[in-house]
Amino acid sequence: MTAVTKPKYARAAAETAARESYGRLLAVLASRSRDVAAAEDALADAFATALQQWPLNGVPEKPEAWLLTVARRRAIDRQRRLKAGIDAQDHLLLIGEESKAMEREASGEDVPDKRLALMFACAHPAINPEIRAPLILQTVLGFDATTIAAAFLVAPATMGQRLVRAKARIRQTGIPFRLPERADLPERLDAVLEAIYAAFSEGWSDPAGDSQRHDLAGEAIWLGRLVVSLMPREPEALGLLALMLYAEARREARRTAGGDYVPLAEQDVALWDDAMIDDAEQLLAHAMRLAQPGRYQIEAALQSAHCARRQTGRTDWPAISELYRMLGRLSYSPVVEVNRAVALAEAGHTKAGFAILERLSADRRLSDYQPYWAARGLVLARLDRNDSAREAYRRAIALERDPAVQRFLQARMDALPASLSN
Amino acid sequence: MQYLLMIYINEAEAAKIPPERMQTMLPAYATYTDDMKKAGVWIAGDRLRPTSAATTVRMRDDKTQVLDGPYADTKEAFGGYYKIEAPDLDAAISWAARCPAANHGVVEVRPIWEMQTA
Repeated sequence: MTAVTKPKYARAAAETAARESYGRLLAVLASRSRDVAAAEDALADAFATALQQWPLNGVPEKPEAWLLTVARRRAIDRQRRLKAGIDAQDHLLLIGEESKAMEREASGEDVPDKRLALMFACAHPAINPEIRAPLILQTVLGFDATTIAAAFLVAPATMGQRLVRAKARIRQTGIPFRLPERADLPERLDAVLEAIYAAFSEGWSDPAGDSQRHDLAGEAIWLGRLVVSLMPREPEALGLLALMLYAEARREARRTAGGDYVPLAEQDVALWDDAMIDDAEQLLAHAMRLAQPGRYQIEAALQSAHCARRQTGRTDWPAISELYRMLGRLSYSPVVEVNRAVALAEAGHTKAGFAILERLSADRRLSDYQPYWAARGLVLARLDRNDSAREAYRRAIALERDPAVQRFLQARMDALPASLSN
Repeated sequence: MQYLLMIYINEAEAAKIPPERMQTMLPAYATYTDDMKKAGVWIAGDRLRPTSAATTVRMRDDKTQVLDGPYADTKEAFGGYYKIEAPDLDAAISWAARCPAANHGVVEVRPIWEMQTA
């Protein structure tokens, strides 16, 4: 290795370690003290030291263990400074434990992976649901508050404050860093998956491609893979990962080159990422074999049914409407019912679809929900009730904020035959 | 960590409970307290007399202001507490969930602000 490439290599090694090890190291550092903020500071110091020393002295044999040791020393120093003059037994005890852990690590034991425990702490029921996804992104991936704020369309100062408060809450209320009891696991795992899915949805909701938001979908998939690798026998974790991959695989097909919206059933299958879909199919099949159906698996199965058009050339609407029925039975939601109504209409059961939409018309939650009115427009047009269809499309367009989708709905409306009564 | 489990109950509803039913409810608390003691969790615990027995005190401009009644006149009132030692919030939550009052009232879990001993 030449003197010129050595610093460069060391820097790259430090950066790789940062990307892959951040959450792993933070989880270990924070698990005993539950002080995430202090662990973050200590880890930042350790990375800064690495950037200084590795180019000069070479990359240590075990970079993670090295970083952990430095971070622990920093944490202990900080504790000493904070508690100067006070003989707090707890704090001595903690330092003792930290030193023991340091010896273990120096003796060559691998850094344990406590990232799952960290995620369960971040998605604890005692943490506000809205801050769970940002907190996971920050602690497991090391994102700064500004990046997270941009991705979630929140002012940076606000996001920073919320994150600080959530971390203080973890420490003060004594939220544990460990896997929940078996009895609580499904519900608690669901909160973790929900947070990951929330991050994915934020990244997915902006197809026009703000790159920061786009990246969020990729990071959510990374987190989904992490959960699956740590809990390989949890069918819903597999289901969520499959669901995200199916959706991500179709990213390029969601808009035309001119920026027009393309509905799923009309997307060009040549633009779908086959490898990603195959990956998703395998994950879903694996989940199904575990025979514990759940929301994410059914939603992934819906995506799978759509993706089958790659081979068959047509969308299997009867299968899709059946999957929506299953999803609705698992947990009723008017949004699922709207989708089921459309699938039934597409499968040729237009009247059955319309009957569902009529039943939903009393649900006030839907009065401002664009897809409900678009669905009404579609189904009413099939029933040749063009005036009513036009009215429904008009409401849908007024509710939509994305200009591409507005243009799409407008085109549907314009394609309706002129009313006979005019 | 130490936590205070604060029990809030609807006093009006509780007052309507016939004495003979109250007799059957008390053993549930006795068992609960006993379980806590056996598990080494229990530090302290008391049932309070209702808010009709409460007196509120303030010091304003060096004068003591004493008022009859509770600080907050809410439908659900603070009616008792347990102080416990638990390893973490999950453990405290599971003890709170086992409290007989959790079935009809609310149990608030608050960590004790532990002071450094000099």
